[in-house]
Amino acid sequence: MVLMSNLNAKGATAALPPALLQVRGVTLEYATQERVVRATHRIDLDVHQADRFVLLGPSGCGKSTLLKAIAGFIPPTEGRIVLDGTPVKGPGADRIVVFQEFDQLPPWKTVLGNVMFPLLSTRSLPRAEVRERAQDAIAKVGLAGFEDAYPHQLSGGMKQRVAIARALSMKPRVLLMDEPFAALDALTRRKMQEELLQLWDEVRFTLIFVTHSIEEALVVGNRVALLSPRPGRVKAEVNCHDWDLHSMGGEDFQSAANRIHDTLFAEEP
Amino acid sequence: MTATALTPPIRPEYERDLPPFVEAPVERDIPLAARLWAQDWLRRLVIVAAIALIWELAARWQGNPLLLPTFAATARAFVLGIADGVLLERAWVSITVLLQGYVLGVAAAFALTTLAVSTRIGRDLLSTLTSMFNPLPAIALLPLALLWFGLGQASLIFVLVHSVLWPLALNIFSGFQGVPDTLRMAGRNYGLTGWRFVTQILVPAALPSIVSGLKIAWAFAWRTLIAAELVFGASSGRGGLGWYIFQSRNELYTDQVFAGLAMVIIIGLLVENVVFSTLERLTIHRWGQQR
Repeated sequence: MVLMSNLNAKGATAALPPALLQVRGVTLEYATQERVVRATHRIDLDVHQADRFVLLGPSGCGKSTLLKAIAGFIPPTEGRIVLDGTPVKGPGADRIVVFQEFDQLPPWKTVLGNVMFPLLSTRSLPRAEVRERAQDAIAKVGLAGFEDAYPHQLSGGMKQRVAIARALSMKPRVLLMDEPFAALDALTRRKMQEELLQLWDEVRFTLIFVTHSIEEALVVGNRVALLSPRPGRVKAEVNCHDWDLHSMGGEDFQSAANRIHDTLFAEEP
Repeated sequence: MTATALTPPIRPEYERDLPPFVEAPVERDIPLAARLWAQDWLRRLVIVAAIALIWELAARWQGNPLLLPTFAATARAFVLGIADGVLLERAWVSITVLLQGYVLGVAAAFALTTLAVSTRIGRDLLSTLTSMFNPLPAIALLPLALLWFGLGQASLIFVLVHSVLWPLALNIFSGFQGVPDTLRMAGRNYGLTGWRFVTQILVPAALPSIVSGLKIAWAFAWRTLIAAELVFGASSGRGGLGWYIFQSRNELYTDQVFAGLAMVIIIGLLVENVVFSTLERLTIHRWGQQR
């Protein structure tokens, strides 16, 4: 397994196209009342077109902070984040975030209104086209027929589907997901992972996905960056395009999960 | 305790055939009386009727119409006042002044809170000004207002703005601060900033506090207006409801005093139950922000 991924990496390097998103030496800090805390330290990552790139690590490794920096909410204290040759300066509609919390959906808008909202406020498309695109995205996530429902009438999984539809309808360069399924029950989570993979198969968007579940990382991603805690540094990058939901519980899958677990929690000398 | 005691026993599986349920009806009608009593308006009407009855009995027992006219006498004075148009005209004068002050105050409150959420100095400005002026009774500013703006509507509007602005600004600002971070980030994610961010994200998200602030401000505005009219009366022969109450008391028409007060109460009830409750039904109840 180790040998194979090494081969893969070496074999591919020569023909690698320039990365879509480049994270170069990014250090992130946040200030509390008494002190400044370093969340990540000099992170280097390359995310390519149509990657399902997973940031995996224990709590406190700064993976969510890194995602928010890519989204443009937090400016790096050091280093730079470059998307498609343009440095990231602030939040923008080319990087749409799907958050974990359900309150990312404005409660005063229906499902359709929610999906149309960012399209209307950032793009100058005719209303009819926006409507069509929104309905298309809603149908893609399996919510056709719920267009006129308000968020408070939906279950948690359905709310996340709306958020995903909203993000997809924007056709962002990079789709950012911050533990989007963590607040869902186990059965719904599994179903959502499956649907996300189907959607990716159909649309081939570029995804950056934050999680603290090793299994979820292996299933959802094609490449996983393992981050160490306090401050977050990249410990390893692992390929996992071989795994999907059906390999869960298999012997190879388990050993891959265990290997990642050992890498993450190895005693530092 | 052995280890076997902790293992639950393995029981055989079973399956039952359930026949159709016929022992009792699945649905029953609620009796008419219970359905009627479930109506909010009916229960409230009963409360109002009970108050009117107690008032009528107390007035008859007391027997002095100069101090406390009966409910029937007040109702008669009210109907007469409506019929000859005096009461409606006075109410109209009050309402036009009130609305001008209210709208100005609401606009100022939104401007001040928008400034407060976008800059730190704006926040300091708002909190300093509200802590200074909110405890100050608007009516205490009336003598000053009369000095500055003269005997007229301008003075009334000045004190009305003062009574509306501070409590409303406090409510709006606390509503803005309660907007969840995720929702803010979602809005900024689409590139919403400044004024568009406030109107498209903060205002709808904070609407429960804003509506409650609008209600409080409405009540404050009424109190201030009636009190101000009682103090300085009519401007250029066109007095409002407060002036009507004051005049009636001077002429010892106590039933008209009560009719004037009833008019204030009825307008209050109408605004609360028609304007504000419609606004709430169409927005915060529909959106599930408040039950």
